Amino acid sequence: MSKIRSLLKTFSLWELWQGLSVTLRNFFRPSVTIQYPEEKTPQSPRFRGLHALRRYPNGEERCIACKLCEAVCPALAITIESDVGDDGTRRTTRYDIDLFKCIYCGFCEEACPVDAIVETRIHEYHMEKPGENIMTKDKLLAIGDKFDAMIAADKAADAKYR
Amino acid sequence: MSDDKVTIEVDGKTIQARKGQMLIEATDAIGAYVPRFCYHDKLSVAANCRMCLVEVEKVSKPLPACATPVTDGMKVFTKSAKAISAQKATMEFLLINHPLDCPICDQGGECELQDLAMGFGRDVSRYQERKRVVKDKDIGPLVSTDMTRCIHCTRCVRFGEEITGHPELGTTERGENMKIGTYIEKSIDHELSANIIDLCPVGALNNKPYRYSARAWEMVQRESVSAHDCVGSNLYAHVLRGTVKRIVPRPNEAINETWISDRDRYSYEGVYSSDRLLTPRVRRAGKWQDISWEDALQELAEKIQSVRADRFGILASAGATVEESRLLAQIAEHVGTANVDHRLRQQDFSDQDADALFPWLGCEIADIERCDAIFVAGSSLRKEAPILAHRVRKAALAGARIAFANPENDRYFFDVAVDLNGARLVELLAGVAVAASSGKSLPKAVSRICKGVSASGEQASVASMLRDSNNGLVLIGNLAIHDEAFSAVRALAAAIAELTGCRFGIVSEGPNAAGAHLAGLLPHRSMGGTPRTTAGKNAAEMIEASLDALLLFGIEPDLDLGVPDAVSRLSSTGFVAALTAYDSETFRQAADLLLPIGTFAETSGTFVNCEGRWQSFSGIANPVGESRPGWKVLRVLGNLLDIDGFEYLSSEDVRDELLAALGSYKPDNRYGNTRELPAPAKSNGAADVPMYAVDPVVRRATALQLTPEARRSARIGQRR
Repeated sequence: MSKIRSLLKTFSLWELWQGLSVTLRNFFRPSVTIQYPEEKTPQSPRFRGLHALRRYPNGEERCIACKLCEAVCPALAITIESDVGDDGTRRTTRYDIDLFKCIYCGFCEEACPVDAIVETRIHEYHMEKPGENIMTKDKLLAIGDKFDAMIAADKAADAKYR
Repeated sequence: MSDDKVTIEVDGKTIQARKGQMLIEATDAIGAYVPRFCYHDKLSVAANCRMCLVEVEKVSKPLPACATPVTDGMKVFTKSAKAISAQKATMEFLLINHPLDCPICDQGGECELQDLAMGFGRDVSRYQERKRVVKDKDIGPLVSTDMTRCIHCTRCVRFGEEITGHPELGTTERGENMKIGTYIEKSIDHELSANIIDLCPVGALNNKPYRYSARAWEMVQRESVSAHDCVGSNLYAHVLRGTVKRIVPRPNEAINETWISDRDRYSYEGVYSSDRLLTPRVRRAGKWQDISWEDALQELAEKIQSVRADRFGILASAGATVEESRLLAQIAEHVGTANVDHRLRQQDFSDQDADALFPWLGCEIADIERCDAIFVAGSSLRKEAPILAHRVRKAALAGARIAFANPENDRYFFDVAVDLNGARLVELLAGVAVAASSGKSLPKAVSRICKGVSASGEQASVASMLRDSNNGLVLIGNLAIHDEAFSAVRALAAAIAELTGCRFGIVSEGPNAAGAHLAGLLPHRSMGGTPRTTAGKNAAEMIEASLDALLLFGIEPDLDLGVPDAVSRLSSTGFVAALTAYDSETFRQAADLLLPIGTFAETSGTFVNCEGRWQSFSGIANPVGESRPGWKVLRVLGNLLDIDGFEYLSSEDVRDELLAALGSYKPDNRYGNTRELPAPAKSNGAADVPMYAVDPVVRRATALQLTPEARRSARIGQRR
């Protein structure tokens, strides 16, 4: 009996029709595919992407070289060197994040007492040459300057949950 | 304090404590931790932080453990609800005015207040009122101040009053307005001052050169030994990614207790001086050029082999380790020359056959404070060996009578019984010797020197002070060693010690004069003090003789040699190879080949301190440039010279071989000479070597050079 049923299914292409029926059903459903990069999915303000170093509105660097981010980083991606700055304050002389090591956990952002290091929503970036994976202080500050409005808005949006 | 024992109960545990002991000592002894800020076991009890409050049965209020003597049958609860709530309340008061700047504070991560705030602090401050802000003081180049952080434990104040005897910091005003300061704006100026950094439980007093350059948790702690005086203070180096960031004391009750001198603390800056020699360099046709290590060593080996053995010499500093000294001595022995020396600033070698096996302190360092009379001759002890000066001060405070005989009188912060002053050390000591000999005959060695000398009242009182002592000590120091009439000075000091029944000791030069003596880095003696058949040239003679080839080890020609025109004399020497950590104009004038060796921070080795203690250490920092540890360079040089047995794989191999060869030996300072010494023709005292110019590394320590002490000695140097 089962042999006959199997034979019938084989010759009537039953399983093919079964599969095509799924296709047909979905054919009339609304599409969920995003046409990346023209279209993009919505992002949370908490999205953890490329890092940035922020400044105060008067242009002063926020980072005070306390090295808590370096200490908390589980991937040891952050390297900081510090010294007395021109104005006698504690300042970094080097602030490197190795993007190959970083696991984007956001601990650095959590540890920072002055909201200096943040992870922005930028996730579309690439490297072409060896060494470009090291985000230096200048690069991080430049990102912070460029996307200051976005970072500030994200921080404000998230503030009430903290 | 009596030794009677009392029985007390701490947290349900019955323990024995000494009568009169403070509670906190008893609880510390059994490891029951009581939080504290102002209490320190080397300082007096102040009981002003109130953090150590504990509950005592039948006492209505909690009592401070640091200021409550134990009594028999006392029941103490260190962790009861009452004790904890008292401690928490104290912590809340301490935090009222403490700024929340831990992220930028250098003490962050190693702060006693931070640690205890984790245990006893509230999460949220209830304090809404005005916070106190205190202006920072400028107290010199060594210690940075952030006075708002101060919690008024007064450890720094008590340190000045009790340890150095030079109260530099004090408190003004009271209550909330209390401030720590120097009263008038001035720098701290004592050779142990920077220890207040370690004492300060918060970040109010901190290390200025280290400021903001690293965090406590990211550094590796490595053990080291001081390379600047004969004490051999134990150190910890805090190293970040192979770079020394700061030096702190490693407690050792037998040597430095918990203190180190400022020189030991800040000398590391010299390791990273901009004039480090980075590669081997050679002079070719008057021009200096870089050269590879292989070529440089090959050239040196060929040069050594090409000159006549007695026209070759080796000069090493007393900062060379035992291993380096031994290898240098072996190289000299292989070449067949006895021209080796490390006594660079000594001028009078006439009585060198009467040298002891090695310059010994005559007792252990810790024994100094148990002496009841000390006579220090020819030594600016505070500058030469600050830790020894501190021990002498402790002896003085315990009732010992201290006398000095020096060309200039230093300030000592205790009552000095007699302070003999005069340019001629021989004359000062001869009078004391004559006074000491009353009734006895003078030892033969000094009889001619003392002929016709009569003792002044002061000299007689030194002699009677030493004679009346049960445990007296006569010390001579670097000023005596550098004196034009060192032989006479030493013979006189030894005679005084012998006549008065005191011990005789030498405060030797550099960190390893004792080790260099034992290793055989002397023209008249080989390893272990064995006399050589024919004595070679001593340091002064070698420079004056314009040899055909000379090897300098760790020496700056213009500053480390006793001969005034050493640079020009060296430039007329046939071939000068300098193993040096630094490059400078004088090297380029004096030398023909420069080989970069590591400083004390980059090499492993052993120093034998003035009490004869062997202290080995390993390298603490990455080498700078292409510099290599001195012993490795010498080992390879030995291979190129085909010396048998030069197969050492580590500095420990060299040390162990030397130790085995030395066997058991006893330090002995008895003066062996029975020959009559001539009255010295010249007897002018030597110029003092400034405290912060004793060796090439210290001379390049920027912060030390900015201290009032360094500026004073620079002014004196200009006047000379």
